[in-house]
Amino acid sequence: MFERIKQMMIKEFHQIFRDKRMRPIIFLTPVLQLIIFGYAVTTDVNNVSLAVYDLDRSYESRELTRRFEASGYFQVFCSIERPEEVQDLLDRGKVLAVLQIDRGFSADIKKGKQAEVQVLFDGTDSNTALVAMSYANAIITGYAKSLGGPHVRASAARLDVRARAWYNPALRSKNYNVPGVIAIMIMLICLLLTSMAVVREREIGTMEQLMVTPLKPAEMILGKTIPFAIIGFFDMFLVTIVGVFWFSIPIQGSLPLLVLCTAIYLLSVLGIGLFISTISKTQQQAMMGTFLFFAPAILLSGLMFPIENMPVAVQYGTYLNPLRYFLVIIRGIFLKGNGIPILWPQMLSLFILGAAVMTISALRFRKRLV
Amino acid sequence: MSIAVHIEELTRTFGDFVAVDHVNLSVKKGEIFGFLGPNGAGKSTTIKMLCGLLMPSSGKGSVGGYDIIKQSEEIKKTIGYMSQRFSLYDDLTVEENIDFFSGIYGVPVEKKRDRKEWVLKMAELGLRRTDLTRTLPGGVKQRLALGCAILHEPPIIFLDEPTSGVDPVSRRNFWDLIYGMSMAGTTTFVTTHYMDEAEYCDRLGLIYRGRLIAQGAPAELKADYMKRDVLEIEADRIIEAMDVLRAHDIETAIFGSSLHATLEDGDKGIPLIRDILGEARIEVNSIGKIAPSLEDVFVTLIEEA
Ligand SMILES: Nc1ncnc2c1ncn2[C@@H]1O[C@H](COP(=O)(O)OP(=O)(O)OP(=O)(O)O)[C@@H](O)[C@H]1O
Ligand SMILES: [Mg+2]
Repeated sequence: MFERIKQMMIKEFHQIFRDKRMRPIIFLTPVLQLIIFGYAVTTDVNNVSLAVYDLDRSYESRELTRRFEASGYFQVFCSIERPEEVQDLLDRGKVLAVLQIDRGFSADIKKGKQAEVQVLFDGTDSNTALVAMSYANAIITGYAKSLGGPHVRASAARLDVRARAWYNPALRSKNYNVPGVIAIMIMLICLLLTSMAVVREREIGTMEQLMVTPLKPAEMILGKTIPFAIIGFFDMFLVTIVGVFWFSIPIQGSLPLLVLCTAIYLLSVLGIGLFISTISKTQQQAMMGTFLFFAPAILLSGLMFPIENMPVAVQYGTYLNPLRYFLVIIRGIFLKGNGIPILWPQMLSLFILGAAVMTISALRFRKRLV
Repeated sequence: MSIAVHIEELTRTFGDFVAVDHVNLSVKKGEIFGFLGPNGAGKSTTIKMLCGLLMPSSGKGSVGGYDIIKQSEEIKKTIGYMSQRFSLYDDLTVEENIDFFSGIYGVPVEKKRDRKEWVLKMAELGLRRTDLTRTLPGGVKQRLALGCAILHEPPIIFLDEPTSGVDPVSRRNFWDLIYGMSMAGTTTFVTTHYMDEAEYCDRLGLIYRGRLIAQGAPAELKADYMKRDVLEIEADRIIEAMDVLRAHDIETAIFGSSLHATLEDGDKGIPLIRDILGEARIEVNSIGKIAPSLEDVFVTLIEEA
C-alpha cells in the first residue's frame, strides 16, 4: 500500500521536475502574480454592510442613519445593542463598517455645539474601506449642511466625523492582496497539475498499463494528489516569504493554523482537479476545464468584488466556491490574527465542501477504471 | 489445472456494434497462443476483457483459474500485460521505469535488484540505464516494455501486438525471449499481424469480425483447412492480374511481389491461368504449386467467412 503510493509519488516528482514547462509554473508564476497583485487596482464600492450603534435614539440620529441607507452606498445590516458587538461584527466580517452615534448627539446639535459621530471600518480590504470612508464623510457633511439651513458654512463644521480603520490601519491594498494571491496561486497550480497529470497518463496509454497492475484506485488517487499538495504548500510558503520580506506584509496570526487551513483548502482544490480529469479526454480539455472553473471561482470569491454586491442568486453560488472560504480564512490569519474561535465556520464549510468534492471525484475515478 | 485461459461465449458490444461475438477458446498452461486477425477484428477487445480492463457484455471466462468478471483484482496479480500502445513513461529513465513498475507490482525488496538486472540484460540496456526512455530505438523500447510487464514473474502474459513497427531482427530477438519464457512455463497469449510470427506459436486462433473462425496448431490448420492447392504466380502488373483472375472466380491474393491463387486442382489450374492471363496480355514469368503457408490458410478462411 505505502510502497505503491510512494512509487507513484517518486514517479510524479521525476516527471514534474523533468518537464521544462513545469518549473516556471511552480516557481515563477506565483511570484509574478504576487508582484502584479501587490500593486493592485481599485475596486468599486457599494452596498457596504453597516451596523448602526445608536446610543442617542433621537430623531436626529435616526435621520442620519436614514441618510446612510438612502445613499445606496451602505446597507444597514443590523442595529447594535451592546458595545462588545461592535468588535465582534467587524471581527467576523459580518459588517464592513459600524456607525456609532453617541449619547448627546442630538442635544449637542440643538445646542449648536460640535456633535460627534464615529464610523469604524474594517480596514483589511483597504480599497473598500477608503472609498466607503469618503462616502461616509460626504453623507455626514451633507447632513450637517441640511441642519444649518441658510447658515451652511457656519454649521458645516458642527459635525465631526471620526472615521477609523481597524486592522491594516495604514490601509495598504497589498496587505489585502497578498493573502489573496496565495489562495489563487494554490488553486491554479494544483488544479492544473492534478487534472493534467491524470489526463496525460490516459492520453499516452500508461493509464491502461496501471490499470492492469495491482494498484488500487485509492492508491492511484493519493499518489497523484499528494505530490501536488506538497507543491501547493511549497508555493504557499514561497509567496508568504516574498510577501513578508518584499512587501513587508505582517502575519498577525498563527503559521501552524495557516498550514492546517491550507491543507483543508487543498482537499477541495485537488478534488476539483481530479474531477476535471475524469471529464476530460485530452490535456487540452483538462486545461480548458481548469480555466472554466478558475475564472468564475476568482470572480465569485470576494477577491476583487465584494460578495455582498452580487445578485442574491450568485451569492448562493459562492457557497460552493472553496476560494470564498479560504480568502476569509487567510486574510483573517494574515491581517486580523484570527484564530479558530472566529474562523471555525469557514474551516468547517471548507472541509465539508472538500470532503464532498473528493468523494464524488473518487467515485467517478473508480468507475472509469472498470 | 492445466488450462490457463478459458473463455466461453465471450461477447462485447459497443452500442449496436459487436466487437467480439460469442468467442470460445482455451489456452493450456505453458502454451504460446497466437491470436490473429485483420485490423478491427476484436483482438485487443478480447485481451482487454481477459485482463479486467473491459467488462464483457455476456459470456464468461477465467484466467489462471480466476473469474474475469468477479475476480479481476486477483487476475491483475497473476498476469503481465503489454498493451498495443507503448506503455512506459517516456520522460523517465530506463531505471526509473523499472523501479516504478517493480514497486507497483510489489516485487519483494530482496528480489528487486536481481529482477532489475535481469530486465536490463534482457533488453540489452545495461549501459543505457540512465538514458531517458524516449531516446531508445523502437525494438529496444518494446523489450523494455515487456521486461517491465513481467517484473513480477507472472505465470500468464498477454502481449497485444508486441512487435508492431519493429524491425525484423528485433522481432526475431523478441520471439526468442517469448520462447525462453515459454520454456520456463509461462503461458503467453499474443496477438500479431505478422504471419511468420504465427508459425512460431504452439496454437493459433483466427478472429475475423469478432468471430473466432478457426483454432488449432499451425500444422493442423494447414492440414484441416487447406484441402485445396496453392499456385504461386509471378507476373507483370500483378494488381491487374489479380483483378482478371478474380473476375474468373479464381481466389487470388497478393503475397509480396507475387500472386497466390487457390483452387481445387492445381495441375489443371496452371494451363487455365496461363490462358486467362495470356488473353489479358499479361506476361507470366513463372507459375507453380507451392506448399500452403499459414497466410494462404487465413486468406482462404477469411474469404469463406
Ligand atoms: N471503446 C470502443 N468504443 C467503440 N468501438 C470500439 C471500442 N473499442 C474498440 N472498438 C471497435 O471494436 C472493433 C474491434 O477493435 P479491436 O481494438 O479489438 O480490434 P483489433 O483486432 O485489436 O484491431 P487492431 O489490429 O487494429 O489492433 C473495432 O472496429 C473498433 O473500432
Ligand atoms: Mg488491437
